[in-house]
Amino acid sequence: MGDNNIENQWFTISVYSENNVGLLNRISGIFLKRHINIESLNVSKSEINNVSKFTIVVHTTENWTRKIVGQIEKQIEVIRAFYHTDDETIYQESALFKIASDLLFDERQIQNIIKDNNSQIVTVARDFFVLAKTGRRFEIDEMYEQLAPYGIMQFVRSGRISVSKDEMQISALLQEFQHH
Amino acid sequence: METLKEMKTETRKGKTLKISGAEAIIHCLLAEGVDLLYGYPGGAIMPVYDELYKFQDKLTHILTRHEQGATHAAQGYARVSGRVGVAMATSGPGATNLVTGLADAQIDSTPMVCITGQVPRHLLGSDAFQETDIIGISTPVTKWNYQITKASEIPEIIAKAFYIAKSGRPGPVLIDITKNAQFEELMFSYKKCTGVRSYNAVPKPDKKALEAAATLINSAQKPFIVWGQGVILGKAEEELKAFVEKAGIPAAWTIMGASALDTEHPLNVGMVGMHGNYGPNILTNECDVLIAIGMRFDDRVTGRLDDYATQAKVIHFEIDPAEISKNVHADVAVLGDSKETLALLLPLINVNKHESWHNRFKEKYKIEFDTVIKNDIHPTKEGLTMGEVIEEINIASQQKAVIVTDVGQHQMIGCRYAKFRESKSNITSGGLGTMGFALPAAIGAKQGAMDREVVAIIGDGGYQMTIQELGVIFQHNIPVKIVVLNNDHLGMVRQWQELFFEKRYASTVMVNPDFVKIAEGYHIEAKRVSERKDLKSAVQEMIASDKPYFLEVKVEKEDNVFPMIPSGAAVSEIRLK
Repeated sequence: MGDNNIENQWFTISVYSENNVGLLNRISGIFLKRHINIESLNVSKSEINNVSKFTIVVHTTENWTRKIVGQIEKQIEVIRAFYHTDDETIYQESALFKIASDLLFDERQIQNIIKDNNSQIVTVARDFFVLAKTGRRFEIDEMYEQLAPYGIMQFVRSGRISVSKDEMQISALLQEFQHH
Repeated sequence: METLKEMKTETRKGKTLKISGAEAIIHCLLAEGVDLLYGYPGGAIMPVYDELYKFQDKLTHILTRHEQGATHAAQGYARVSGRVGVAMATSGPGATNLVTGLADAQIDSTPMVCITGQVPRHLLGSDAFQETDIIGISTPVTKWNYQITKASEIPEIIAKAFYIAKSGRPGPVLIDITKNAQFEELMFSYKKCTGVRSYNAVPKPDKKALEAAATLINSAQKPFIVWGQGVILGKAEEELKAFVEKAGIPAAWTIMGASALDTEHPLNVGMVGMHGNYGPNILTNECDVLIAIGMRFDDRVTGRLDDYATQAKVIHFEIDPAEISKNVHADVAVLGDSKETLALLLPLINVNKHESWHNRFKEKYKIEFDTVIKNDIHPTKEGLTMGEVIEEINIASQQKAVIVTDVGQHQMIGCRYAKFRESKSNITSGGLGTMGFALPAAIGAKQGAMDREVVAIIGDGGYQMTIQELGVIFQHNIPVKIVVLNNDHLGMVRQWQELFFEKRYASTVMVNPDFVKIAEGYHIEAKRVSERKDLKSAVQEMIASDKPYFLEVKVEKEDNVFPMIPSGAAVSEIRLK
């Protein structure tokens, strides 16, 4: 345990659950009650049919994270919940930038930014074009800083998505449930 | 009625029939063995009440005078009987009035199913008359909740509700049913729920953890057991007793664990916590192995956590994995149902006596007796004490009564001095501290154990929070005994004001009505005692009565409850005065 227990760190909490409408409310309440901010939240399907996956990022102590995961796992519709540090996961975020079209032609530097950041042009319309960038938070922030002086019409960034390096033993668990 | 009987027979055979959602709800309740529920009708639940009318020979509905009363009555019923309590209410204010009872049942792990009516599906989200988002509101205070919007969902969801409420660590479940689903028809068939795949109700005991626990216990010089309600909920009273006796370990209880072991058992050393006994609190910080069984280290038990049993190895027997190391670090965690884990532990334990260690508890008890207990239960001063009233009840009831307490000074005194021989005899609002709990809970407790004496002990403050439930006692002639310990104050708050707020008695003085006349207004036999010479006979008369009975005892206005661990202090800093 040691220092990890009392120092704030980034943790990714992965929650496998039944698809239930009220569950998001239940889960967010667990954070609200303890004044722990959800830094990012993503809900999607998982590798198992009809099982959803919540990916929640928090910046807090391991002690709190462990307790929160315990409370989350206690919810009836939650199958299992795990938490990992950044080192233990592969994670990404996605961002979209909407930029005025004339900049693409008037500002040579824009094209370099697109290339240097390995971002994709999603669409080009008469008035605007849209860039997509997937990567770590800091990479998206860097690209944002580079584009900002030219004017960004709209910007949005997704929640973190992540997979753990180690196995999350969830399929086996589900199989075990079904055998009962 | 003949056709209804036929219908039921057919249902039992597993055949399907087409009935309304409202009628299906009744069949579900009957299939779950429910024969009594508490509630209050209103617009959005009327189809169900219409069916209750038709089924009144099989299912008794008690009309409480407020929906909060319905929840507490259901809780009292559940706590005394070990069965699931059921409460019903309409949408909007009916539903919101359930919230306090839900929160109380959630924090005290009481199995309860609440059914609420809801506006029809097409009106959801339109701010319709008596529409409220009870699912959103009740989410933090329920073990599970669900909104049914089509009749076809009713059997499966209600089966799941009962399973979830009573399995594992029990708790309250709320099912909200839109009015259209009550009117719609469905092909009805009922199957009891035996499992939910995402929910592991009872973790399997780990053999290694049990062995590690046994090794610690067998090598301990000063072991100490603190048990909680988990023993009662797990029906593990016999297993606890066998363990305590074989290992010879002094054992104390949390307020929710009271009555699981005979009060006068030689190894029962009393209550832990803020107003618990002196020895168990002090010696928590001297034991070398602390064995916690079915309890959750509430702050009222631990005092300042940094100084709680830091010298001890902690073994935690617990059904809920989220409780492990939540407040107090567990060196060994034994997950599982207490009945099962204690039975598995027993053969691994060596016979022991720990006599000198046990003598430490006796010494501390003597100190507590001389400075506190003697004056509480055998006072020599003029005014009546709460403690002597409890002692008279012990004598008159031969320690066989179910004691239902409210919240405050009388609750602490009640739990300290009531003596129990039988489990499930101490019904109180432990975790939430809900004033107004006792009167309706006593109604439920009596109906859950008609063969037992039920005595509600209530302060003058809490009594007036749900006093309207006297109407239920009168209407249904429910023979509960009600004792109001009247000090004309909100006594516990007043005590804190005296000790910690320099006697600034802000809003704690109560100018009370004539409680005897109020009881008499409900045609309940009533008496008031204000002098010691009248107490014994009044209590005896009350216990001897086979009818509802109200007894007001005018007690000393400014008595304090001691011992006391001031909030923020360590258990070993417990004060005797």
